[in-house]
Parts: sequence; C-alpha cells; structure tokens
Amino acid sequence: MQDFVQHLINGLSLGSIYALIALGYTMVYGILKMINFAHSDVYMVGAFAAYYVARWLGIDAQPGLPTLITLLIASMVVCSVLGLLIERLAYRPLRNSPKLNILITAIGVSLLLEYGGQVVFGADPKVFPEVMKDFVIFSAGGVELKSFDVTVLIVSLLAMLGLQFLIHKTKVGRAMRAVSSNISVASLMGVNPDRIIAFTFVIGSALAGVGSVLVGMKYPKIDPLMGMMIGLKAFVAAVLGGIGNVGGAVIGALIMGLSEEMVVGYLSSTYRDALAFGILILILIFRPAGILGKYSVEKV
Amino acid sequence: MKALKNPLFAFISLCLFGVAVEFGLDAYIQLTILFICVNALMAMSLNLVNGYTGQFSLGHAGFMALGAYFSAYASTKWDFLPSNFSLLSAFIFTLGSGLVAAAAGFIVGLPSLRLKGDYLAIVTLGFGEIIRVALLNMDFLGGPRGLANIPSIGSFPMSFGFAAIWLVICFFTIWRVMHSSYGRGFLSVREDEIAAESMGINTTSMKVRAFVLSSFFAGVAGALFAHFTNFINPSSFTFLTSVNAVIMVVLGGMGSMTGSIVAAIFITALPEALRPLQEITGVDLRMVIYSLALILVMIWRPKGIFGELELSDVWRKYVRRSA
Repeated sequence: MQDFVQHLINGLSLGSIYALIALGYTMVYGILKMINFAHSDVYMVGAFAAYYVARWLGIDAQPGLPTLITLLIASMVVCSVLGLLIERLAYRPLRNSPKLNILITAIGVSLLLEYGGQVVFGADPKVFPEVMKDFVIFSAGGVELKSFDVTVLIVSLLAMLGLQFLIHKTKVGRAMRAVSSNISVASLMGVNPDRIIAFTFVIGSALAGVGSVLVGMKYPKIDPLMGMMIGLKAFVAAVLGGIGNVGGAVIGALIMGLSEEMVVGYLSSTYRDALAFGILILILIFRPAGILGKYSVEKV
Repeated sequence: MKALKNPLFAFISLCLFGVAVEFGLDAYIQLTILFICVNALMAMSLNLVNGYTGQFSLGHAGFMALGAYFSAYASTKWDFLPSNFSLLSAFIFTLGSGLVAAAAGFIVGLPSLRLKGDYLAIVTLGFGEIIRVALLNMDFLGGPRGLANIPSIGSFPMSFGFAAIWLVICFFTIWRVMHSSYGRGFLSVREDEIAAESMGINTTSMKVRAFVLSSFFAGVAGALFAHFTNFINPSSFTFLTSVNAVIMVVLGGMGSMTGSIVAAIFITALPEALRPLQEITGVDLRMVIYSLALILVMIWRPKGIFGELELSDVWRKYVRRSA
C-alpha cells in the first residue's frame, strides 16, 4: 500500500511535467493542425539556457526560491525567442504547402536542434545546478512527500492556471480561439493570424521552458538528446487527451505519468518507453480523437 | 525473354563494377560501397510507401531489424545445406527475412494505415521502437549484447554481386508494380484519397499492399546489413536509422526510384568525404548538415531534388534537349 501511494505521488509529479510540454503540442496543433516535432528540442534548449545562466550568474550552488524564479524566467525567455524564430524561419514559409512537407520540415528542425545542440553544448551530459533543497516535507508510514514533488506540482499548476486565464479571459486568448476554429474567417474579423500563431508558439515554448527547469530539478542530468523521449511521451499524452484540447492534454499527461510510474514500479523499467507507444496505438485504434476530443467530419 | 533484358543488363554491369572495385580500391571504400547498397535498398523500399503511396512511415528501421535478426539467427544456428552451397542458403535466409518483415508489415500496417499523415508517422515510429524494445528484452537473440559472428557472404565481389541481385530485383519489382494497375492505385491514393475511394479503389488495401512490399525489401536490406557488418545489436536500428531512410527518400525526390538511389549514394558517401573536416572541428557535423538540407529542400524544392522524374527523364528533358 505504501509503495502504491509513493508511486502515485511520483506519477503525479511526472505527469504534471508531461502536461507542461504536452500543452505546447496541443496549442500548436489546435491552431495550425501540425505536430511541432521541434517542441521537445525547444525544451532541451531551455534546460541548457537555465544551466548556462545559473553558471554565469554564479547561482548554481545557491538553492532557493530566487534561484528557481531566475532560472524559470531565463529559460522561458530563451525558449520563447527560439519558438518565435522557428515559426518565422521554418514553418511560416510552408504555411500553405502539403501536410507531409510541413511534417518533414518539423522533423528537420528537431534534428537540427538536437545535433546542433551537440555541436554547441557538447555531447556529454551536464549536471543541472541545484535549484531547490530536496527535503522531506511530510512522511507518514513510509510514504515521503518531497519538496521537489510539491514544487513541481505548484509551479505547473500555476502555469496551467495562467494559461487557462490567458485563453479564456483575455483578448489575445479570444483571438487564439478564433484562429483555431477558422483562420480565414478570423482574419476577416480583424485578427492578424500571423501574429496570433507567433504568439501561440511563444506561449507553448515558454511552457516548455518551465517544464525544462522542473525536469532539471528532478533529474539533474541534461544532454542535447534529452528532449527526444520526453517529447514523444508528452505528444502521446496530448493525443490521449484529445489533441487541440487544453484540458485533455493535462488529463492525458497525468494518465501517462501515473501509468509509467506503475509500470516501472510493478513490471520492469525496460518496458518504460514501449508503454507510451502501446498506449498511443490502442488509443488511435479505438478512440482516434482522444478522451476529450471531438470527431470531425471530412468534407470534400 | 525481353522482359529480362533490362534487369540482366543492369545486374551484369553492376557485377563488372564490383570486380573492377575489387582490384582498384581498398577495403574501406569497398565496405562503404556495400553500405550504399543497403541504404539504396532501404530508400527504394521506403519510397514505395512515402513517395508513391503518400503515406508517411517513420518505422522502417523496425522491419530492417527484423530482417537482420532473422537472417543472422538463421545463418548462425541452422545449416541444412552443405557448406559449398553457402550462397544459396544465404539467398534463402535473405528471402526468409524479407518474408518475416513482410508479415510484420502486414500486422503493423492493417491497424495503423487507417490513420493519416502525422498520426501514421507517430504510430509507425512507435511500432519501430516497440520492435527494438522487444529485441532488447529477448535473451535468445542476445538482448542488448546483440548477435556476433554472423557469417559473411564471401569476398567483396561475392557480397557485392549478392547485393546487386537484390538491388536489381527490388528496383525492377517496384518499377513493374508502379507501371501496373496496382501502381496507378498507389498513385491515386497519394493524390487524393477521397477521390480514389469514390473511383472504386479500396484505399486501405492499396496502402497495406504497398506497406507489405516495402517492408519485405526493408527486411532484405536488414539481412544484407547483418551479413556485411557481421555484428548486430538493437542499437543499430534506432529511430535515426528510419530518419536516415526518410532523408534519402525526401532528398532524392518523393516518387523517383533513381532519385532514391542517387540520394543513398550521396548520403552514405558524404560523411566519409567529410571526415577530414570532422577531424578539424572535432564534432560530428553529419546530422547537422542533413537536417539543414532537409529543411532547405522542403522550403525551396518541396518535391525533392529529382521530383517525380527518373534520372532518364531528367536526361531526356534537360541534357539532350540543350545539346
């Protein structure tokens, strides 16, 4: 029983990290109907940005709340600029081309970031600076609630609430919803779709930046290929919840995180990566639109 | 007999090229040439799915792995033919690994080909990874240690001739298929699935057929790879191997067989040619260059270098006219 509760806690904190990254996928998909494969590599760049900023400011050995906030801001800023650049240079020239070409470009951008990252940062793993002190906040009957897990939960909850506010209560959010339901009609109504799309990339990438700092705090080993697997899992989470649906992404990510921790806990850790794809295949076969997704009819 | 003339001619000239290489060039270049054959097979087979049928598959390495493991396991464990028939048995094992991969392609393709575009890409990627993880956990296949001491086919001309047989079979099979009514069906699925459906084409069955044939040749390519390197392990068949095949298809031109071959030659030889540069900078620039090339080709020449033209068409269209 206590094992189970411990796995539950770990799964929730893993799931909320997946959720932050899955939100980026789902937002871009909701607006442009494309999978931004490079999203997980934006996340990787965010982790390295935090690493270098911490070393440059000399705060890599001063754990505490100010460090966390500084690194979050640094990583968010770098990620947003990168997301903006990718959208402007690689995706916008292809806005009206066939889907296959956009998909191939996205894979190209992803590979470029991964291997460009190996050239720039070096291929060896680096140790992420200590952001917070890891201590046990609360323990009952062998179950430990660690400060890391609480921080991860709080930060990601704040980020998601902020996103929810942005989408549903502000003017930009309304424009985003308009563009996602129909680009051409939205532009007739005086929304500039290019700006809204760029803004979506900025927000999605900033969330990836938050995720990167949280992951760096929990698993302090970063390397240029770290985005590959976590990106795929976050994407699976987005599909599981119904891609394009913000609430669905969070639910899907929590399911992914929990089931992954359970597989590691009760089966074998070698099956950890196959699980994501197993879930994906089952979902796509039995309920292609995801848990909260709507079916759309194809018009000719 | 007339139908055999072209393949036979191609095969003989390839063999002559192999014999010439044996006397002229060192073992390093010979191995590179063998890898070019493997990659050309991979690119041609993937072109059938990605280029001609317009379905985006990212899991080709999985089928290659299945073929490689079948042939490697069979040729180390079973010997039912006397040893002077080794070429025949290698052929049988290679054929068998193609069939194993084709069966897997059928099992994978039937559910996943109902999906389109991005989703299909991710699902095939997932199947490729699942095959790799399964191999990683199978102890009788060596698990993460892999299989070593796989018998090679023979001297360089023998190996190259063997690869040449399969190259010719693959090229002309796909060529004939694409000029038959099935091929028209594949093309119509690529151009407009709904229109094809309404013309009475069973699009799912067309896609599955293309997928099965494609995975057959991927399995053969894997078997050849196993015999050329004499050692395989699951990390020879990662996501990157699939991406490499995709890059060849896209750069060569989606829907151009000779384009795929040219791209395979180019992409296999390029990193070897770049080796001096790599020693100066000290990092592996190969993937950076590939990915940049992929993005730029997509932006400036979305159909790839050759588009849908074959080398002979390009010759007829641009070279002969200007002369």
